[in-house]
Amino acid sequence: MRVLVAILLCLVALPLRAEEVVLGLSQNRISITANFDGSEILIFGAVKRETPLQDEPLEVIVTIAGPSQPLTVRRKDRRAGIWVNNAAMEIDSAPSFYAVATSAPLHEALTETEDLRHRVTIPRAIRAVGAPLEIGNAAAFTEALIRIRTKSGLYQTLEGAVELREQTLFSTGISLPANLTEGDYATRIFLTRDGEVISQYGTIITVNKVGLERFLYNLSREQPLIYGLLSLAIAILAGWGASAAFTMLRQS
Amino acid sequence: MAPIRGQAVLAKRCAAALTIDMYVYLPIAEVSVHAVLLLGLGGLVGVLSGMFGVGGGFLMTPLLFFIGIPPAVAVATEANQIVASSFSGVLAHLRRKTVDFRMGTVLLVGGLVGAALGVVLFNYLKSQGQVDLLVRLCYVVFLGVVGGLMFFESLRAIRRSRAAGGTPPPRRRQRTLVHTLPFKMRFRTSGLYISVIPPLVVGVAVGVLAAIMGVGGGFIMVPAMIYLLGMPTKVVVGTSLFQIIFVTAFTTLLHATTNYTVDMVLAVLLLIGGVIGAQVGTRIGVKMKAEQLRILLALMVLVVCGKLALDLLLQPAELYSIGAVGAH
Repeated sequence: MRVLVAILLCLVALPLRAEEVVLGLSQNRISITANFDGSEILIFGAVKRETPLQDEPLEVIVTIAGPSQPLTVRRKDRRAGIWVNNAAMEIDSAPSFYAVATSAPLHEALTETEDLRHRVTIPRAIRAVGAPLEIGNAAAFTEALIRIRTKSGLYQTLEGAVELREQTLFSTGISLPANLTEGDYATRIFLTRDGEVISQYGTIITVNKVGLERFLYNLSREQPLIYGLLSLAIAILAGWGASAAFTMLRQS
Repeated sequence: MAPIRGQAVLAKRCAAALTIDMYVYLPIAEVSVHAVLLLGLGGLVGVLSGMFGVGGGFLMTPLLFFIGIPPAVAVATEANQIVASSFSGVLAHLRRKTVDFRMGTVLLVGGLVGAALGVVLFNYLKSQGQVDLLVRLCYVVFLGVVGGLMFFESLRAIRRSRAAGGTPPPRRRQRTLVHTLPFKMRFRTSGLYISVIPPLVVGVAVGVLAAIMGVGGGFIMVPAMIYLLGMPTKVVVGTSLFQIIFVTAFTTLLHATTNYTVDMVLAVLLLIGGVIGAQVGTRIGVKMKAEQLRILLALMVLVVCGKLALDLLLQPAELYSIGAVGAH
């Protein structure tokens, strides 16, 4: 399942920058097959530099962001003795998956300003502008979103998970859970010094349903009637098969 | 003892399968679930349905919630699975000529109207974020009522069978509301001459439930047919199954075309387990006493009901939930 064939994506470095990322990925395409149960991506690379090494330590931050979509976060309240969904807040855009791995604690590797500019940490990656007025505590809703998705492994903050050697070679592994959604997963690598981003590099990892999964999903969206009839045909056939098999068993 | 050896081999194969990674990614539910878990669930509910003669939808759908299938997908897919089990059942009843097609058709007309109403209601509540609540409330109420009634009825039956030898035939009421309403119709197989209004109403009610709860509604339809319509017990099950096929098939199509929530992979896995389980269950059922079976079933229904009720009454550990943007 895990193809660890290194695909060297980019060897071209712009000569203007002092330090550049040269990146390798274990895979740049993830296929959701019928027996998909998650996957691990190995992200590794080197820092290419044309100037001598500086005294300030270099830090590396890797982020992977799944496709973003708008969401509704609902809160349950007690109404007439039972817990029902009551207040709701729309989040304009939240990634379906987000992982951030760093070579040092986040607050050392990245300043607050740089975080805001590049939207690196999880709270920054979520966009919620239009919180309705009747909700007093909008932050609680985004916190809940992060809490729930962190628990299910969809949001990961992996401080110190990037291994950095001699300020040149780096590598990290990020595990993707089984309940992935399809789409382009934007992968970014930041090089920081003293909390300031000095270089960044971006690439895309594509996650796709393939084979039967692809076929069934497409059919259910594009030809829902045929899909429904096909489901019924299978059910009728199975029901008939069971009845026939049972009769044969009893006769023999 | 061929069947027993067969079962032992099956059990060995299941154990072997458990040790291998057998996760299946469900394309519509978009979750990855262990295949053996689904086959096992299907099998377990199949055994129970074979033992007790119920469809098992009312147990399966809450079980699917517990293992993390989104409620909308669980409800729609379960409807699809019931088509299979009731089709299998109705074939057996056709051979014994215990299907009242006329009554079935009247119930069906009501059922289709009810199913359409149910899906509209389901979609409206889905947009309000309350579909989960409605489904759970329906379950608590109906499981509680049916479980409670069955529990007390079987307790009485056990006492009666201890007091006297056989069980007396149920008392038939002579004239009720059913006989005074207009639009009378003759149902030959059932030996009835009654108004079409009560069967239509029963049909609509069961149709709504089928769409909302993802059940065939047999556990409501059967008592209604016996006690409200006064149908003879021997034609009740076949007729109920006959109309359930069409109502659940219609519900499946509606869910597939409006909500895209029927998961074929999930349905197939549940089906395979269910079909095998039903065979095993029927054999176990033959060896047990009817009242004991019913009391066991009643207790199980009440346990599921209690669990769902507690979920509604106790403060949940996580107050927040994430959903797609409501208004489409």
